Amino acid sequence: MSYLTLAITLIFVLIPLVLSKTLNLGLERDTIIATIRSIVQLLAIGYVLQFVFETENFIFIFLMVSLMIVTATLNARKKGSSIQGITWKVAVTLVFVEILTQSILLGFKIVPPTAQYIISISGMVIGNSMVLAILFLNRFTSEVEARQDETELILSLGGTPKQAIHNQLIQAIKASMIPTIESQKTVGLVQLPGMMSGQIIAGADPIQAVQFQLLILFLLLTTASVTSVMLGYLSYPTLFNQRMQLLRKT
Amino acid sequence: MKDYKPAVHFHQVHYTIENTKILKNITGSFPEGRITTLVGPSGAGKSTLLKLCNGLLSPDSGEIFIKNKGITAYDPVELRRLVGMALQSAPMVEGTVFKNMSLPMKLQGKHLPEEVAAGLLDDVGLGEEYLHRSSKELSGGQRQKVSIARTLVNRPQILLLDEITSSLDRSSTQEIEELIVKINRKYGATMVWITHNLRQALEVGEYTWVMMEGEVVETGESELLHNPENEKVQRFVKGDGE
Repeated sequence: MSYLTLAITLIFVLIPLVLSKTLNLGLERDTIIATIRSIVQLLAIGYVLQFVFETENFIFIFLMVSLMIVTATLNARKKGSSIQGITWKVAVTLVFVEILTQSILLGFKIVPPTAQYIISISGMVIGNSMVLAILFLNRFTSEVEARQDETELILSLGGTPKQAIHNQLIQAIKASMIPTIESQKTVGLVQLPGMMSGQIIAGADPIQAVQFQLLILFLLLTTASVTSVMLGYLSYPTLFNQRMQLLRKT
Repeated sequence: MKDYKPAVHFHQVHYTIENTKILKNITGSFPEGRITTLVGPSGAGKSTLLKLCNGLLSPDSGEIFIKNKGITAYDPVELRRLVGMALQSAPMVEGTVFKNMSLPMKLQGKHLPEEVAAGLLDDVGLGEEYLHRSSKELSGGQRQKVSIARTLVNRPQILLLDEITSSLDRSSTQEIEELIVKINRKYGATMVWITHNLRQALEVGEYTWVMMEGEVVETGESELLHNPENEKVQRFVKGDGE
């Protein structure tokens, strides 16, 4: 695709701008900023990736993955600001998920150990893990707040913090995983995944593209479950003190 | 009061939340084996005081003794089984009455035999047929009774009741009042009951604490409410509560 062709695709930005202006939605400024940011960020990352893929240097791969984890952590932690030490809890979770998935992929030689594969897959894993972390933290903090009576009841009957928070934790884990599971049920019927469509457009064999997409879908199931479970079990103890009392927000 | 051993003793207890002093210099005792009522206007710190006894909260300063042993010397789980608490809202876990009754044992990894649950339900005036009823089907009074029976599963020596009749109709209130006396007699448990109703304090309670603005204003045999010494309490009694 030439830059001229790419420029023509800005028609797709023009349509929402016209709609926003006509209907007084007030989204023109945000739409323009989002468009400029996406152009600059994606072009920049395109050149960075080109450089990293060409050099095949492990340090650059490590730096790229680290940058992804730091950015995802900073984004996800906002939803759990009421949880003590949420930044490192999210970071540890993302690092663990990344190590786990890459170990399986590279250990079983499912994908070759090249920058092209490691970085692309890491982007999908970390991005998905970040969204899961946000969904989980959002639900978990509201469950804890809404069901304080239940937590207090179990503590008052001699239950441990883990027992007192169990139902809220399970609800939040389930709720955060449902979108991943549900979207997999309709994949291929309702939507064609972006990565698979991209491969097909780029001329890849559709069956090969499907196989690779399946790998990613399975990977994302692990990502979803490990992220929410791990973040949940790292987070709940900070809601209580040593005397097994539910800490109130001050 | 001199004739009674204290089941719970407070010594210069203070509790603050978000820079607001909820309890100020609380000193006094709940006599063992008796029914003590905590009366006073809303916001006096009565519920906070009960939560301190059960270990759901800890004081900022001062000491609390449960059965002559410092509260911090107890393991929190052990303390909460010794000092049971029925919460004002009588929260229920989803499922049947039996599931709710089994909860204290389940938390210990044990099983509650159905006949024990039925016996406790009978103690609180509910028949065996309630065991397999959904907790959602219970009326306010029935929920409170199940909540008390559930607390009794742990065989607590001290039972804290937080405004358990505040939202009940007259006949349910009377049933709960009778139940409090019955449990006190049958199990010999020390009962501490928050109520806004001075008639309850006089007729059911034996010992009374009057609390206002985080302080204990007057304590003694419940008859003190007939002729209180403190001016604030006199005004409170005249206004019959709020």
